[in-house]
Amino acid sequence: MTWETVIGLETHVELATRSKIFCPCTTQFGGQPNTHCCPVCAGLPGALPVLNEKVLEFAVKAGLALNCQIARYSAFDRKNYFYPDLPKAYQISQLYLPIARDGRVELHTSGGDSAVRIHEIHMEEDAGKLVHDPWIDQTRADYNRCGVPLIEIVTEPDFRTADQVIAYLEKLKETLQYLGVSDCKMQEGSLRCDVNLSVRPLGSDELGTRTEMKNLNSFKAIARAIAYEAGRQIRLLGAGGQVAQETRRWDEDREVTCPMRSKEEARDYRYFPEPDLPPVRLGEDYVAALRAARPELAAEKRARYQADYGLSPYDCRMITSDPALARLFEALVELGAPAKQGANWIMGEVLAALSARGMEPGDMKLPPAALTRIIALVEEGRINRNTGVQVFEAVFDGDGDVDAYVREHGLEQVGDTGLVAAAVERALAAHPRSVADFQAGREKALGFLVGQVMRELKGRADPKLVNDLLRRALGVPGAGKAVEKPPQL
Amino acid sequence: MELTELTALELGAAIRRGEVSVPQAARAALEAVERQNGALNCFLTVTGERALARAEALQKGVKTANSPLYGVPMAWKDNICTKGVRTTCASRMLEDFTPPYDATAVERLEAAGALCLGKLNMDEFAMGSTSETSFFGPVRNPWDLERSPGGSSGGAAAAVSAGLGWYAVGSDTGGSIRQPAAHCGVTGIKPTYGTVSRYGLIAHASSLDQIGPLGRDAADCAAVLDLLQGRDRRDATSLDGDYGQLLSRLTGDVRGLRVGLPEQCFGDGLDDGVRRAVLAAAQVLKDRGAQLVELSFPVLEYAVPAYYIIASAEASSNLARYDGVKYGWRAREYGGLHELYTQSRTQGFGPEVKRRILLGTFVLSSGYYDAYYQKALQARAVIRNAFDEAFGRCDLLLTPVAPSTAPRLGESLGEPLKMYLGDIYTVPANLAGLPALSMPCGFDSQGLPIGAQLIGPRFGEGRLLNAAHAFQLDTDWHRRAPEGGKRT
Amino acid sequence: MEPINAWLVDELARLSRLSLPEEERRAMTAQLKRIVDYMDILGRLDTAGIEPLSHEAPVGNVLRPDVVEPSLDRGELLANAPAQDGEMFLTPRSVE
Repeated sequence: MTWETVIGLETHVELATRSKIFCPCTTQFGGQPNTHCCPVCAGLPGALPVLNEKVLEFAVKAGLALNCQIARYSAFDRKNYFYPDLPKAYQISQLYLPIARDGRVELHTSGGDSAVRIHEIHMEEDAGKLVHDPWIDQTRADYNRCGVPLIEIVTEPDFRTADQVIAYLEKLKETLQYLGVSDCKMQEGSLRCDVNLSVRPLGSDELGTRTEMKNLNSFKAIARAIAYEAGRQIRLLGAGGQVAQETRRWDEDREVTCPMRSKEEARDYRYFPEPDLPPVRLGEDYVAALRAARPELAAEKRARYQADYGLSPYDCRMITSDPALARLFEALVELGAPAKQGANWIMGEVLAALSARGMEPGDMKLPPAALTRIIALVEEGRINRNTGVQVFEAVFDGDGDVDAYVREHGLEQVGDTGLVAAAVERALAAHPRSVADFQAGREKALGFLVGQVMRELKGRADPKLVNDLLRRALGVPGAGKAVEKPPQL
Repeated sequence: MELTELTALELGAAIRRGEVSVPQAARAALEAVERQNGALNCFLTVTGERALARAEALQKGVKTANSPLYGVPMAWKDNICTKGVRTTCASRMLEDFTPPYDATAVERLEAAGALCLGKLNMDEFAMGSTSETSFFGPVRNPWDLERSPGGSSGGAAAAVSAGLGWYAVGSDTGGSIRQPAAHCGVTGIKPTYGTVSRYGLIAHASSLDQIGPLGRDAADCAAVLDLLQGRDRRDATSLDGDYGQLLSRLTGDVRGLRVGLPEQCFGDGLDDGVRRAVLAAAQVLKDRGAQLVELSFPVLEYAVPAYYIIASAEASSNLARYDGVKYGWRAREYGGLHELYTQSRTQGFGPEVKRRILLGTFVLSSGYYDAYYQKALQARAVIRNAFDEAFGRCDLLLTPVAPSTAPRLGESLGEPLKMYLGDIYTVPANLAGLPALSMPCGFDSQGLPIGAQLIGPRFGEGRLLNAAHAFQLDTDWHRRAPEGGKRT
Repeated sequence: MEPINAWLVDELARLSRLSLPEEERRAMTAQLKRIVDYMDILGRLDTAGIEPLSHEAPVGNVLRPDVVEPSLDRGELLANAPAQDGEMFLTPRSVE
């Protein structure tokens, strides 16, 4: 029998607001345990929630970008269950009247084009973190994350392959990042995904019994978990067995899914309308204003970069891989840097500098004007590219004036041909052996001589000029054209 | 002059005129507490030293006093959070809970120079109508120590009645200010839902709870409510009542006021003595120029079931946070997490609280939600509509507060349903979010106080207080004090 | 619909994290049954087409600006906890 895999996703995304969803505590990641808490998010008796306006705005923006219907009347509900990461013993979420419904996302994969329907998007609060301490055999609870705003995006069971799932998640991540709604850092848990999966004989239109997989911390894990779980269900059914409806945990090390001990033996969350929060009514003008304010998304940027600047599809993908990089690129171009140069610096030096520091592009402090100036100086030949990289390193962390740095460190190229020619003379005189080697046909010797000249001039000479002068002095025909147009100071 | 004979406003005026010092008032109140609390059990916590220190500080600022209640000693029901002062909800669960923050109501009154004497006994988590479900023992009625003061704000009503402080602030979910006010012969008002911030009020039923004052007369209540009311950015359900300046609008003029008497509120199950006293109160208002309107309120019988379904549902969720992890009672012995929860909650809560949690869990659980919870919310809408209709024909409603006067201690505990049915006249106002007031209007044959209730439309506080003020200009029920209270 | 019985009361107690010894359970079952039976008079009320009223809500949305304010001092937050280690709340094993 041929089997078909049917997948639906529930994706939790932490919103990039400054303060929490229902109280003014910071949402900053990390921080000493239990220092980002107040009576509201720690669930103290008597405290009350008040909705953060930015959470509503971000949820609506996400809904619009995923082509959803935005609810004109939306409300919160309480989901009741006991667990130590949930200090009120209920989560404020949306069941009956979610903020957005009925969306659609187009996907392009090597397997062809497809579309996924979004069932709904709802707003809710995150829970705290539990860490088990084996030394004291106690679980320790940290409530810093309690009340960090989330949206949960629920798809219909429209995926058939892991490729589609990954394509969807990549598009979702990119979209939410460009909207400025979330940073979608999987490693910090700001994008988390539960996968609902069932299998059925190809051609059947009934859904099989599904399992829900949790603890999926990377796209790679998601793809592998899907492959494993689909195989497991097919083997089970193929052998005449049955799939149990259950929650399964992806075991990263063993690359298998295994049943999770359930939070409650039988779940009854007793949802009911949250009496502490009045419903939210949205007018046409509110929604229209957010629709009009939608920024250019990554795919649109890629098309434009290709068309307007002639960048390659690869370069476009690299530059739009993070909104901060795209912002930098656009700023460089705006400030007058040639697009191709800008792209090269971003893909080369900028990414290298970020990775050396273990930084995210969003945390970059480099002023676009500084990089634009460096590119201009190199273009004009006033510094060479290696020096440019040296200057870049010096100003990357956000302080320092490019021109002042070049001046203070005397990095400007020696433009006086006479000075360079004198250094060439001295190098030839000091290293007769290398001269002889070169004349005996060993090209490598020239490199050594160039190095000697550059060292004497402290790296400030144009390497091309040095090369030309050396060749001419060594009697190579056709050499010396660069001398005709010495760089202007 | 016995200071405790004054009303809060009279004492406030005397303080501002320099005739009485704040420390003098504080000492008088603390002495009264010292003398009587052993018998009455209204105070769970007396903050004597704090109060005296605060009195000294307030006395220094008396020349710039910013409110008519500046320096007047008062007390809080023990479900209102006071920073640094334990707040127990009269439960073993919160026996040692000290809030790290003040309720908004506390902040507002403190800013107006209120002087807090301590925290008042009540039914556990405000669940009950007799103040007997307290973990710390029942409150006793100052008019008859063998009787209940009513509940759940029984400590507040008993304290004001007996002169242990000049006013108190309580909470009302289904009558918890009005009914004890009636049983103890004081005046109390539950404001329009939302007009007093609930931030810092330990939740019983969030869509019904409302903070309000208990005082010696309508004017004292108006003065307190003027300070309490107003939107709070920390309570999303709070709003500005378009009243305010209630005190200055107490003219006593009720000419032309249409007072509705719902026939169903005077029918079966009502004590004769109570009926007579409430109808006599109607006559007093009529004599001052009000017009009496007889009307029908046929949906009254649905109020108690709808109320108990909604209140229990919300309570079951609100009280889930008491699990022995962050604060509150933790069982001494337990195996795993589940047992920690179960043992802590089983030991920490009393029987009435458990009953409501189970009832609330029932009406919300799958399979029963539509038939009970959803149906109750619909009944609530029907009741709200019935009020809208009634207020088309009259300006306020006059009803009894309770079917009978204060019950004997122990009488109600075994029969929860009977106790619930006693709330029939008070719960409709909570369901509809309307303001309602209780005022003393006589005594029964055993010398126990009787209360009359006035219910107004949304933001009708001014109308209610003025009608009560008018009534109190012509009667002296509110001036009567129990033995020891020494007011005549 | 399932009437209130001992089995259901057990289930409710489990959901509520309460334990009822045999005698209490019997009394509670009887009381809840009486209360719920009484509540069934609601069935007589015609509510066809009536919107459930869960909020007597303020007019207009109630939102707060996205502004950070200082959090509570950790010592104050933990002060009421029955078991804590100066940094976190402690519970019996709760995670796998």
